[in-house]
Amino acid sequence: MMLPDLNIIWYILVGVLFTGYAMLDGFDLGVGALQLFVRKDEHRRMFLNSIGPVWDGNEVWLVTGGGALFAAFPQAYATVFSGFYLPFMLLLCSLIFRAVAIEFRSKEDWTWWRQFWDVAFSAGSLVSSLLIGVAMGNIVRGIPLDADHEFAGTFLGLLNPYSLLMGITTVLLFAMHGAIYLTMKTEGELLEIVSGWVPRLIGFFLASYFLFNLYTLVEVPWVLETVRARPYVFLVVAANVLIVLNIPREIHKGREFHAFLSSCTAMVLMMATFGLTYFPNMVLSSPEIANSLTIYNAASTQKTLGIMLIIALIGVPLVLAYTASIYWVFRGKTTLTKSSY
Amino acid sequence: MTVEILARVQFAFTAAIHYLYPPLSIGLGIMLVMMEGLWLKTGNPLFHNMARFWTRIFALTFAIGVATGIVMEFEFGTNWATYSRFVGDIFGSALAAEGIFAFFLESGFLALLLFGWNRVGPRMHFFATCMVAFGAHFSAVWIVVANSWMQTPAGYHLETMSGELLAPDHIVTPADLTTVRAVVDDFWAMVFNPSTIDRLTHVVLGAWMAGAFLVVSISAFYLLRNRHLDFAKASLKVGLGFAAVASILQMISADFTAKGVVRNQPIKLAAIEGVYETVPRTPMTLFGCVNPDTGTVFGPKIPGLLSWLAWGSIDRPVVGLRQLPSDAFLRAHHPEAAQGEMPAIRKSYWPNVPLVFQFYHAMIIVGVAMLVLVIVACLFWWRGWLFDTSLPLTRWLLAALVFSVLGPQIANQAGWFTAEMGRQPWIVYELLKTSDSLSRVVTANQVTTSLVLFGLVYALLFAMFVFLLTRKIQHGPDPEEDSKEMPESWKALIRTTPRA
Repeated sequence: MMLPDLNIIWYILVGVLFTGYAMLDGFDLGVGALQLFVRKDEHRRMFLNSIGPVWDGNEVWLVTGGGALFAAFPQAYATVFSGFYLPFMLLLCSLIFRAVAIEFRSKEDWTWWRQFWDVAFSAGSLVSSLLIGVAMGNIVRGIPLDADHEFAGTFLGLLNPYSLLMGITTVLLFAMHGAIYLTMKTEGELLEIVSGWVPRLIGFFLASYFLFNLYTLVEVPWVLETVRARPYVFLVVAANVLIVLNIPREIHKGREFHAFLSSCTAMVLMMATFGLTYFPNMVLSSPEIANSLTIYNAASTQKTLGIMLIIALIGVPLVLAYTASIYWVFRGKTTLTKSSY
Repeated sequence: MTVEILARVQFAFTAAIHYLYPPLSIGLGIMLVMMEGLWLKTGNPLFHNMARFWTRIFALTFAIGVATGIVMEFEFGTNWATYSRFVGDIFGSALAAEGIFAFFLESGFLALLLFGWNRVGPRMHFFATCMVAFGAHFSAVWIVVANSWMQTPAGYHLETMSGELLAPDHIVTPADLTTVRAVVDDFWAMVFNPSTIDRLTHVVLGAWMAGAFLVVSISAFYLLRNRHLDFAKASLKVGLGFAAVASILQMISADFTAKGVVRNQPIKLAAIEGVYETVPRTPMTLFGCVNPDTGTVFGPKIPGLLSWLAWGSIDRPVVGLRQLPSDAFLRAHHPEAAQGEMPAIRKSYWPNVPLVFQFYHAMIIVGVAMLVLVIVACLFWWRGWLFDTSLPLTRWLLAALVFSVLGPQIANQAGWFTAEMGRQPWIVYELLKTSDSLSRVVTANQVTTSLVLFGLVYALLFAMFVFLLTRKIQHGPDPEEDSKEMPESWKALIRTTPRA
């Protein structure tokens, strides 16, 4: 009997966790980035409370994704986290700031207090999205690794135009996703404002996305070769564009939930595009491709991957069950009550 | 400063700040379960109203706990990449299990706990509260498993990256670190390594005390101020009862933990007690200071007490630092060294004795003080004096209880500093040195930059937390929360009321 390849299973599972993170924390980072575009205190509170019960759980996807990467591919975890030292420290500070801003903001009535935490929330969300994108961009483009798989580049080298464009694309993607989420959660005047943003954000995102793909073909030569060998990737990209274009249609018909699902699917398809093209690499080395970390030389032992698979088989269904029930309990339009933020 | 020192300072700083919050989440979580449970059982609305107020305090500590916790998970990779490569096969699974089993449970049901009062019935809400508390404990389980493995590694073997088995007595050298790693061979032996149970019990009880004394402190404050009396009395009773149980159990757990250290980490035990010479009837120093140059300890001593606590017999000596680590260990690790160099080499395997001695004794002294305080308070309660604020003695006691909130926090911090500094120079006890575990690509400048960044952010965060907590305490429960009646506005929100 052929045993399933545990390394491939864990490549997929780590991918699922980070996709879950992008899909879920993506919308609350997006809501954060949009926070300063509404002026009224009541509207800003609506923004905060629309994500109030769920942002915390969404961030757990990042923590668990990081933990799973550590457990399944410790070499990749160590290389990326020590190599991206300063960007990750900035990411952590941004995530801290936005998390406590949500908690602190509405505790006091003073205008300056709320303004300060609104800016912290918004800037924290924006910088987080940007840095996640920049990190992702560098992974796609490849980073210099030495023979021991240690990062051999510099901080400024990480801020290359290609990765910055990926950062901006991520900000726009999350902002679009957040705006669509808000159409499900708001009503009346605020819904009109938010609905007005959606088509524009979709336009910005698609423009950036096309630009990024073009840039990829120029900047990252191996992508074209891989895609030639794996033509089905084209289908995924095409489906991705179609599903994004479906979003304004759903909004127009007043089906905000379908619009949101489309946006989630778009995220899944984008991650799938990446995963299918990148396989079997974990961290691509450029220019010395031979020093790359793959799902085999970066992995834990088969024994640990097996143990972790059992943990995942027990844990993931539970996680999905209570994530789904929490979203179900808090479904529908957000209302402000005494226990709100 | 060297990268090693900077990275250690950064980890200690971010972990110490983080560890102010999770014990409160764990301890208050249990308190919330008790309050809501009492409400469901007795139908007395006072308990419901209490749970409402303490939930808001809980939310504040929880949010900062989560925010500062993400940092910890990243730091293994950012600052300790070589460590992560070496132990990822073992250590990573505990962290991943914590995420998937504990954090999702906590954060998911937290939504119901905080925002679900008017969306689910009281039974479901109680269930959510239980799940949040359970999740918080479960996360303590996995993180203490991971840390205990660093203290008393078990259930693993060493092999090369290409899978060749190494001898069990293989000594890891810095040159090995690109080719050798520790891998799991018995998952449950790793989880239940020799110190897991002792240390988990000790940590959880410390967390219970942190939560219980926070409730005690705030309630005593209201009594002294003559505010929210019904609310304060009921909260104080619940808090004090729980604090008493936790404080007594903690003494028993401390004894077990120390006995475990005697057997598993004799160097750490000798260092924290300041034992240099191996003598029968080893005395215990109650407090004092260590002179590391002469190897003497100044302070009141009780003859034979340490021997008795460690071995149950006053005649059996506790091995002192002059014999630790053993000659066999030193010869194995330094086959080239001349006999004359041995004393200096031996010293390099000791932690910073004066410092760990002080941390350890601070923990013990504060722990005993908490126990005495709680016993006195229970005596007052039993005699019916505890709530009679016209008595001067009662006022003094309540004032002490107001400050008691600091006690468990100090003891918890001091305990962790003892545990972690006492393990030095090892990051994984007698397997991997801290100085060999750093990220090879991270420079001192980078660590300094991030240390300054975290210093500023955490200072602001801590100031805000203290400010908001004081404001919440000053404001107190809402007028309707400290009454014995269920407020009208909430009756409508509660879909079903429990049987009285």
